Amino acid sequence: MIPLSWYLTLAAAVFCVGLYGVLARKNAVAILMGIELMLNAVNINLVAFWHYLTPTLASGQMFAIIVFTVAAAEAAVGLALIISIYRRRNTVVAEEIDLMKW
Amino acid sequence: MTSLQIIFLATAAATLISSLMVVTARNLVHAALWLIVSLFTVAVLFVLLEAGFLAAVQVVLYIGAIAILIIFAIMLTRRVMQDTGPQTNRQWWLSALIAAALLAALIFTLSQVQYPLSTAGVPDDSLRTLGRALVDPNQYMLPFEVASVLLLVALIGSIVVAGDRK
Repeated sequence: MIPLSWYLTLAAAVFCVGLYGVLARKNAVAILMGIELMLNAVNINLVAFWHYLTPTLASGQMFAIIVFTVAAAEAAVGLALIISIYRRRNTVVAEEIDLMKW
Repeated sequence: MTSLQIIFLATAAATLISSLMVVTARNLVHAALWLIVSLFTVAVLFVLLEAGFLAAVQVVLYIGAIAILIIFAIMLTRRVMQDTGPQTNRQWWLSALIAAALLAALIFTLSQVQYPLSTAGVPDDSLRTLGRALVDPNQYMLPFEVASVLLLVALIGSIVVAGDRK
């Protein structure tokens, strides 16, 4: 039997790896990949809690499906924004997209 | 150490290694491919958690749509000198510190809680329960329809934002 804490620790570790990817990478698409890692870690957490705490209900899996949907929508819109920025400024390095910076 | 635990440890190691390769790879296309590996190991974890439908959705949706979309975006936004030079910005050490501190705090907090573990196992018709819950007006029909509208809005928005203004 796999203890619940193993799943939660793994999800926390993947979340922190994704957080490092978001904060430390230059390329905007690489930042988006870090965001996808974080959302996957949240999904692992949700499904693990569903399996160990309330396996007879559908709410755990439902929550995970909603997170899937929101992640897909956000990835689509984010990548469209990055492509549009690349068309105008010819760069996807996050530091060089500084038109609204103080 | 049961065989299930060995499988979990192998899958967890694969997930962590591929996630680390995603955030540290120099070549962006390599990072996207490592992301696909990472998403697949998460699907294996879903199978271990007896959520077969979510494992299939993970493969089809995350790998088959989102990862492919990311690779398309990488192809459409290439610059000539992009794969050389450091891929991290100046504050990467601070980010690593913050991530490590958050990991320590999360693990500490998780070890303090006593979870009300359920003795019941996953029922055989969990997929049917999920399917009924998605269309039952008393359960999750409204979030289901709102998610559909959200996807429609994202679709229209992406086309408008990324479309050619000729």
